[in-house]
Amino acid sequence: MSSFEIKPYPEVWQALDMDVPRFDKMRLMMGDMYAKAFLGQPNRPAAMTYFDNMIAEIHGGRVKELLAAKAEGRPVIGTFCVYIPEEIVLAAGGICVGLCGGSQGSVPDAEKILPRNICPMVKSAFGFKAARICPYFQAVDFVYGETTCDAKKKTWEILDTMVPTYVMEIPQCKNPRDIALWNEEVKDFKAKVESVAGKTISEEDLAGAIKVMNNKRRALQRLNSLRHHNPTPISGKDGLLIEQIAFYDEPVRFTDQVNSLCDELDERIRQEVAVPGKGATRVMVAGTPMALPNWKIHNLVEGAGAVIVNEESCIGTRYFKDLVDETVTGMDTMLAALTDRYKEIDCSCFTPNNERISQVVKEFRDSKAQGIINYSLQFCHTYNIEEIRIRQACEQEGIPYMFIESDYSPEDIGQLQTRVEAFLEQIGE
Amino acid sequence: MYIGIDLGSRTVKMAVWDGERMVDYQIAESGFEPHRQAEKMLSAFTPTAVVATGYGRHLAAEYFADGVITEIKAHAAGIYHHFPGCTTLVDVGGQDSKVIAVNGAGKVSNFQMNDKCAAGTGRFLEIMAGSLAFTLAEFGAAALASEQEVQINSMCTVFAESEVISMKNRGIPRAHIARAVHSSVADRLAAMLARLGYGEMVAFSGGVARNPCMVALLQQRLPEVLVVVPKHPDLTGALGAALHAAKVC
Ligand code: SF4
Ligand code: SF4
Repeated sequence: MSSFEIKPYPEVWQALDMDVPRFDKMRLMMGDMYAKAFLGQPNRPAAMTYFDNMIAEIHGGRVKELLAAKAEGRPVIGTFCVYIPEEIVLAAGGICVGLCGGSQGSVPDAEKILPRNICPMVKSAFGFKAARICPYFQAVDFVYGETTCDAKKKTWEILDTMVPTYVMEIPQCKNPRDIALWNEEVKDFKAKVESVAGKTISEEDLAGAIKVMNNKRRALQRLNSLRHHNPTPISGKDGLLIEQIAFYDEPVRFTDQVNSLCDELDERIRQEVAVPGKGATRVMVAGTPMALPNWKIHNLVEGAGAVIVNEESCIGTRYFKDLVDETVTGMDTMLAALTDRYKEIDCSCFTPNNERISQVVKEFRDSKAQGIINYSLQFCHTYNIEEIRIRQACEQEGIPYMFIESDYSPEDIGQLQTRVEAFLEQIGE
Repeated sequence: MYIGIDLGSRTVKMAVWDGERMVDYQIAESGFEPHRQAEKMLSAFTPTAVVATGYGRHLAAEYFADGVITEIKAHAAGIYHHFPGCTTLVDVGGQDSKVIAVNGAGKVSNFQMNDKCAAGTGRFLEIMAGSLAFTLAEFGAAALASEQEVQINSMCTVFAESEVISMKNRGIPRAHIARAVHSSVADRLAAMLARLGYGEMVAFSGGVARNPCMVALLQQRLPEVLVVVPKHPDLTGALGAALHAAKVC
């Protein structure tokens, strides 16, 4: 366990114009955090070795793959939101990486420029670029942002001075005229990707990419439904970790690995191997995404002996619950099918957003959870306000419910621990 | 004999339960190592079981406690003992405030705690008393006696303190300001209760419930309910832990 290390690649970092000494310190800290949170877990599935290795190689191995792709002229595009259609990037032979930030470490760098009272995810991501302490940010050809929330859309204007940043307009309602606009935006995105890749995306390319992405989503759906088994065969921390790695790993390889893990979990269910143990309280989380390395809530809940069995979140079910129709042909129809699939994502940035309220209740039932922790990042207005409706739905359905608003700093850990434990006591009574 | 011990941010509280009533209790400063303080307090007793609660509960479990429960569950159990029909409870301690809904059997059914900020806690009152040069005992009494009050708008301890300082410098009598500080805490508690919902009786526990002005102002904001305070409000958590020890250990 103590031998775990996130591997250093100083030459790669140097070539990417990073702040090498500073980044090396962060690497060591994250390695310690990871070893503490993940490697001591009892009864871990053997197939987690691959994902441990993805973390060990997060600052080098995978980055080298990105750089090799770039050397072949393939585009590498950074995104911040699950509304950006990855299929188009894949179809152009490119690579899509999620750049959301989940670390307190880069927040002070952002606060030198951005206002303090905005979402920590936006600050963390921005800080990684501003301080040159994220190899992925340094490696991308450009960033594709979106207009989902105010914090993001205004930050793109500032980010654009450091790295080329394009913006996809995501509407706020889902009326036919909004969808029409959205579809135009998807077409613009395709044109932009094509111009960087220097190639035209054919129908075949896109059909292939749709299959790859759908297979990845199917594998994640399979993993999620295995987590719903009672007793659950894998910890919530490991489940979340895989959902996080989904945003930077090579999709075909990742899909294979998730499927082999699922085979192992099937076997564990047959042998009744339970993690962390039979009778552990089952909790579902809902809310804002938890970007790497944000494991705060999972650490608290599982540290108190319960287990998390579902994440209703963008780093979670919102990323993989919907598939793209694979049967359609003709470029325009295929792009419309993409828009159709992406509009199913029920982010709180939309109004009205009734689908999400029923989706939360549905996932609660499917996952056989005993309570819901609704988690919102501090200063995220849309999730913080939508909390009211989720709470009301839980009251109506008699679902034990707790709301946590927090950021990445450790200062509220003591209080959160008390609240989480009291919530588990309440469920247990 | 069963002991409940509440290792809080400011003080350690101990309640001794003989199976029928609280036969002894102690309260001491937490000091730098609350678990050492607790061990000292326990040394005179040979209990069947010790259950710890409060911020230091896990540390206590490492050293001597047989079990731990959260402050929320402990306060609910303590209040159920004093006021069996009461379904709502407000606890204001040194560094947090909570409102708890309890079912007819004394079990927690819902609760809320204040956010990260210290406003609305015992610590907030203490800081404000300090900046008005009152002792804690004088502070509540002066506020209660004051007939007039000004308005404090800030919800943040740091800003509220500068608001208080600027009021002082405008020549506003300190008793009026003291009243305003108490009112701002009472407003906050009433808002938390409104979010949670409450029954016909609201029990007020924790060290701050010893402050007569806080009790009066909370009652004023909840005219339709009866606000009750147990005999030793600051011992509620320790008593609840002792009762829990007697039940399960
Ligand atoms: S929460 Fe909304 S804005 Fe954030 S990644 Fe998800 S869909 Fe995008
Ligand atoms: S969590 Fe909320 S505020 Fe933060 S980026 Fe997502 S939508 Fe915006």
